[in-house]
Amino acid sequence: MPHTLSQPTLRQRLEILADAAKYDASCASSGTAKKNSLGGKGIGSTEGMGICHAYAPDGRCISLLKILLTNHCIFDCHYCINRKSSNVPRARFTPQEVVDLTLDFYRRNYIEGLFLSSGIVKNANHTMEQLVEVARILREEHDFRGYIHLKTIPEADAEIIHEAGLYADRVSINVELPTTSGLNRLAPDKNAAQIEGAMGRTKERILTARDERKRFRHAPRFAPAGQSTQMIVGADDANDAAIIGKASRLYESFGLRRVYYSAFSPIPDASAVLPLKRPPLLREHRLYQSDWLMRFYGFAPEEVADAAGTDGNLPLDIDPKLAWALKFRESFPVDVNRAARELLLRVPGLGTKAVGRILAVRRHRNLRLDDVARLTASLAKVRPFICTVDWRPTLLTDHADLKRLVAPKAEQLELF
Amino acid sequence: MQNVAVASHYAVHLPAPDDFAFWRERARGLVQCDVPPDRVAWVEPGATGDLFGDSPARSERRLPVPPAEAPPVRASQRFLAVARSAALHSDPARFGLLYRVLWRLQRYPRLMEDKADIEVRRLEELAKSVRRDAHKMHAFVRFREVEEEGGMPHFVAWFEPDHHILRAEAGFFMRRFANMRWSILTPRGSIHWDGESMHEGPPARRGDAPSGDPVEDLWRAYYASIFNPARLKVGAMLSEMPKKYWKNLPEAALIPQLIAGAQAREARMVASGSRDRGERPATLEGIGTAIHACRMCPIGELDNRAVMGEGPLAAPLMIIGEQPGDQEDHTGRPFVGPAGELLDDYLQAAGIDRRQAYVTNAVKHFKFTWKGKHRLHQSPGAKEIDTCRWWLEAERAIVKPRLVLALGASAARGLLGKTVSITRARGTPMRLDDGTELWVTAHPSYLLRLDGEAREEQARLFAADLAAVRERLGELAG
Repeated sequence: MPHTLSQPTLRQRLEILADAAKYDASCASSGTAKKNSLGGKGIGSTEGMGICHAYAPDGRCISLLKILLTNHCIFDCHYCINRKSSNVPRARFTPQEVVDLTLDFYRRNYIEGLFLSSGIVKNANHTMEQLVEVARILREEHDFRGYIHLKTIPEADAEIIHEAGLYADRVSINVELPTTSGLNRLAPDKNAAQIEGAMGRTKERILTARDERKRFRHAPRFAPAGQSTQMIVGADDANDAAIIGKASRLYESFGLRRVYYSAFSPIPDASAVLPLKRPPLLREHRLYQSDWLMRFYGFAPEEVADAAGTDGNLPLDIDPKLAWALKFRESFPVDVNRAARELLLRVPGLGTKAVGRILAVRRHRNLRLDDVARLTASLAKVRPFICTVDWRPTLLTDHADLKRLVAPKAEQLELF
Repeated sequence: MQNVAVASHYAVHLPAPDDFAFWRERARGLVQCDVPPDRVAWVEPGATGDLFGDSPARSERRLPVPPAEAPPVRASQRFLAVARSAALHSDPARFGLLYRVLWRLQRYPRLMEDKADIEVRRLEELAKSVRRDAHKMHAFVRFREVEEEGGMPHFVAWFEPDHHILRAEAGFFMRRFANMRWSILTPRGSIHWDGESMHEGPPARRGDAPSGDPVEDLWRAYYASIFNPARLKVGAMLSEMPKKYWKNLPEAALIPQLIAGAQAREARMVASGSRDRGERPATLEGIGTAIHACRMCPIGELDNRAVMGEGPLAAPLMIIGEQPGDQEDHTGRPFVGPAGELLDDYLQAAGIDRRQAYVTNAVKHFKFTWKGKHRLHQSPGAKEIDTCRWWLEAERAIVKPRLVLALGASAARGLLGKTVSITRARGTPMRLDDGTELWVTAHPSYLLRLDGEAREEQARLFAADLAAVRERLGELAG
């Protein structure tokens, strides 16, 4: 319902529209084209590495001013705090107000830039035009060279989305739910084909722009930090195997930089259609770990799914890499002095950096257990799965009790 | 060795604690003169005492001159990169360590690749903590605005780095805030940028920097609002934003109260939102009993009783209306009032046996207002329908009809979760998320409210919809 009382102050609106934006997990400001404000008229720089300017008590990094332009919305997605039938206070910013806030925060070094999203007002095109207008003022009138992430609305016309990519470092379109039936049920105004269609067009534009930049130095950039998406976990009944499969198809089909997982969390004035129990936060963490296994550790999606239990969900008590190793013990032990990189990456407790260090050191001498201890974070976790000159885990991988020996001891308590 | 200084000890006094170029120059000369690491002491300005009891002037004078034919000193790229950072560490032993590694590199050129070597590891650690300090400086410097005469605002920050990184990191702030006038004050020195050139200044005190900025109020409001109280992870925050930084971060003062209030806020969110309704009853009888106690929406609080659906357990057709009316509320059975009678007539005409169908409502209680002695029907709201969907789904899960017929927009919302237009939705089947076929048509009470031509037209459409459903049921059965 519209609040017809006095117009809320800027601070009150900031509170409402930041609160409404916090269910978007992404706050990344990394991986875009390098730029700085030397020789320009404005401010801002991006030097490759993202910077987290603060951390909130929820452990999340605050890198960008993440707000909605408005939380008025004509859509009625059940998991969303801003859905039409929700009874939350509503507010809106003008594009100029968002520009001023961004610059005021940026000058004081609070943020790397802006992550702007919006509820749908009037229609998708009108809303998308407003978002683009914010980015245009920042870039063109203030020569702002910081980071801009625009959420794009798949229902908007392709030309407007295209314009967003010309100003933004990153664009994103949320797939929202891992299954089409979940989307139909919980986001009845959205359409899976439309969402994926928009992601496909964005991918094409990113590739075309990158290609043109190679041939013409002054060709316009298009979303140099690529596109990302977000999936809500635990609002429908998709299991981890289904989610991993969906994520890997998304990575493959649309060249996404990241798939973000957002454990469905209780929202004020929630719809009765939602599940009653929220998923453990640890589930989201396990999904991110499996995402890492696919992107940096050479695991195929099916292999990650193999690590899941009979219900298709990853174990919560141990990480997916350890779960996989315990299930496929015949692949171990791995000889750290001889094994190829791909095999070393399969060893629980060895990260990509540790593997790199092992490969560098073993060119000079044969590794002993002491050396491995110096190159890794936890020898205890690694030891049952490797051989060195002076160590061989006899029968340990046949140990029925292996999980107890290597699994982390303390159980994480759930908040309630 | 022809150099007579071989047995001597040397002390090298650095002009500044971050002067890597100076160290590099001196270290190169000492290696060329074959001076082993245990005979060189590296002394920072302000360091007390001198290992070998030499005054700066004397020991500097006594540094040997490399012979002309001395071979060039070599070091790997990796050493250079690591050394540049490690030299900025506040550990007084860093220059000695750098020299020892440089010394060993002459004999083992690939020493830096041996990450298990204790000295290489220590050097990497120093460099890493300097890089982390620099990264935290990029993140946690907070400028405050001061109005200066001439109108050009001046942004001033107070920061306390762990290491000697100020000069090295000034470039980052220059590139970022090239067209802004700013100063960063630290206990080790200060840096000023006026939009064109950089100036260095002496060490400063916290009191030299401004004590506040009105924009900080907005920033704190943002910080408190973007935090999700439903997912408290204090450990993750502390590992990235250790407490030692808090005193210079305007937002950090809020942290204790945000943590303390988080559980209460989440509890409120859950209470005002989806409440734990437990398991759904697994039988129709169970639902029929449980709905009477339902107070999930205000309709249940009115003077009424819940009306359960009725029909065979495995009915192929489920017919769903909006909510019970006055008559239904009295009798406790669905569709027995005037709209029910009309429905029965049309079903019969279409050849559908109502006794073979499961008939129920999207909302289980009668919503009304009193008008004198009469209870006047009121349409349920979207939220009330969504709330009651819990029961409708429980019924659907047990009966598992092949086809669902929704009468009116409320019934359709109870199934689809969105409000559809009957005009557009009627006549073509839709799929529900479990694959069941859904047909939508008008509610018979709509016909009761019309007359004349409009009623005839609607009656014709209603009859046609039911006929289509009848035909489709035959196909599905066959």
